[in-house]
Amino acid sequence: MSTTRKRVYGYLAEFKSASALYKAAEKIRDAGFRKWDCYSPYPIHGLDGAMGLKRSILPWFVFFGGMTGTATAFTLAYSTQVVIYPTVVQAKPANIFTIPAFFPVMFELTILFSGFTVLFGLLALIQLPRLNHPLFASKQFHRATDDGFFIAIEARDSKFSPNATRELLAEIGGANIELVEEED
Amino acid sequence: MASTTQAAPETRTGVKLPVLEREKLILNGRSYHWITERICGVVENKQPLLWWLLFIPSAIIAAIGVGGGLFHLVSTGVGVWGNTNRVMWGWPIVNFVFWIGIGHAGTLISAILFLTRQNWRTSINRAAEAMTIFAVMCAGIFPAFHVGRVWFAWFLAPVPNANAIWQNFKSPLLWDVFAVSTYFTVSLIFWFLGMVPDLATIRDRCKPGLRKILYGIFSLGWRGGNRQWSHYEMAYLLLAALSTPLVLSVHSVVSFDFATSVVPGWHTTIFPPYFVAGAIFGGFAMVLTIMVPARFVYGLQDLITMKHIDNMAKIILLTGTIVGYAYLMELFVAFYSGAIYEMDAFKFRIAGPYWWAYAAMMSCNVLSPQVFWFKACRENLWVVMIVAMCVNVGMWFERFVIIVTTLARMWLPGDWKTFSPSAQDQMLFVGTIGLFLTLFMLFLRFLPCINIAEVKWTKLEADPHFDDKEHHPDHGVAIEPAYQKELAEAKS
Repeated sequence: MSTTRKRVYGYLAEFKSASALYKAAEKIRDAGFRKWDCYSPYPIHGLDGAMGLKRSILPWFVFFGGMTGTATAFTLAYSTQVVIYPTVVQAKPANIFTIPAFFPVMFELTILFSGFTVLFGLLALIQLPRLNHPLFASKQFHRATDDGFFIAIEARDSKFSPNATRELLAEIGGANIELVEEED
Repeated sequence: MASTTQAAPETRTGVKLPVLEREKLILNGRSYHWITERICGVVENKQPLLWWLLFIPSAIIAAIGVGGGLFHLVSTGVGVWGNTNRVMWGWPIVNFVFWIGIGHAGTLISAILFLTRQNWRTSINRAAEAMTIFAVMCAGIFPAFHVGRVWFAWFLAPVPNANAIWQNFKSPLLWDVFAVSTYFTVSLIFWFLGMVPDLATIRDRCKPGLRKILYGIFSLGWRGGNRQWSHYEMAYLLLAALSTPLVLSVHSVVSFDFATSVVPGWHTTIFPPYFVAGAIFGGFAMVLTIMVPARFVYGLQDLITMKHIDNMAKIILLTGTIVGYAYLMELFVAFYSGAIYEMDAFKFRIAGPYWWAYAAMMSCNVLSPQVFWFKACRENLWVVMIVAMCVNVGMWFERFVIIVTTLARMWLPGDWKTFSPSAQDQMLFVGTIGLFLTLFMLFLRFLPCINIAEVKWTKLEADPHFDDKEHHPDHGVAIEPAYQKELAEAKS
């Protein structure tokens, strides 16, 4: 006797091609859903617009991350070369006018900090890593990383209804419509 | 070899330019599933005999050369190397510059060709990036041990130490520490992030078990939702934009090690662009050296097509010619400067006891790529492989010429030496070749060697407007020219 309770995650429907997915996405966007996503084996050009997604805000994170790198490198170089341990090497002065000699390190640390910001900023925005997800319980979802195009509408969307949403997905060309459940 | 098909239909907005037929990047109209099967198959199937024939000797050479070589070096002292007073940089720095240069093609392919929208990069970028990582690992060994007492290598990092001395931020050698370590780290991030969706593909094909757990962990739980792709594509674009100046800076900074010194033959402003062009040149040769055989062994001819090889051969021709220009310009500037030390340095390079190194450099780097002017040579894989091997050898000799022949004849005749590498020098260099091949073989065995997601993206039907003839009349021209003709007739 199984005592596991199941909670509905939402509907998963398959579409036959990238263009079918694109057209379906426009219709779901226009129907006013918010908690849904299109799944595809590669990024589809223009799908952001069809889903009504805004441009990623990652560049802003990276800008400030990069600037932190520049400031770190300058502080490190200036404080050690001018303040703590001033040394005259190759007749280069130990004052603020030494700054051209600091440029390579300032540049490299800008890139380094930006690179880390891209990595961690991305992971924060896409909410990964995570070990499991309700969609992985689906029998067909593994094809999303191979040749399948899917749309999943989550049950926590305020517009979700067990019958109407299923009908909508069927109407816009969804096949193999599946109710995905997660274990509670 | 784009050819004009016919003029695109006239639309309300005026006459359109002729639509050029694109050369297909994936041959035989392979399906998404075929691409997945073929690339994941490399990881999932048993490795061919050739893999073992390369892996086992490489691993042995790496263990003896790098493992044993470094053990001997550290337990005895750096005196076992052939470096002498004056030729203090010797082989280790020759090898460092050689390996770091190899890496540059990977970043060029993954970053610069991405920004310039060269879709042919998708079939080769993964392997080239892997090559970057492994080449930088091989490169890093040399300067780390060249410091002499390797347990003091941490003095390179700007952290407070017992002597209360800080690193000299005005020194190119410190810039190099930052440039190379940043290059390695950012390349690793780029490589890993690019691989996440493909690791998810392998994860989804695994049977439950340890493999699935491991691929699951490294694919971070990727689902391929567009809310993820949207940020992911932005991250990829940003990393490409960051890596482009980075790759140009790294070899520029390496060249500063030479150019900022007051040594005849080194103190030249042409060094940064010359080093960068040389690095890309040598790197592409290494990509070809590795990918042409791998393409056969794993049956990837439909993904890495002759078009890809043709493009790489052209880049080798271009950068090889730039390098040739730099060699000649160095000679001209030495002559034109009227500085006797400068002139003598170059006379010594060409006609001194190391003339053979200079001749090897010139013939391998400048003359051998010239055969790529001919299409027949770019299409003959034997010629391509021979030229690529010549360039690998030639680029090593270039660094030998720059470093050893210059240091052997500095200002004071009393300092003049001739340099010959010791057995340990040679052992360590051969060992790094073994290490590089070992790591590359492991990469082929465990990781997707072609970017699965991006290759799928280059298929025509990957475009969501592929079949949308109303709004995008010029889509799909390459395979459906008849439709275009009808439309043009209907309009007229």
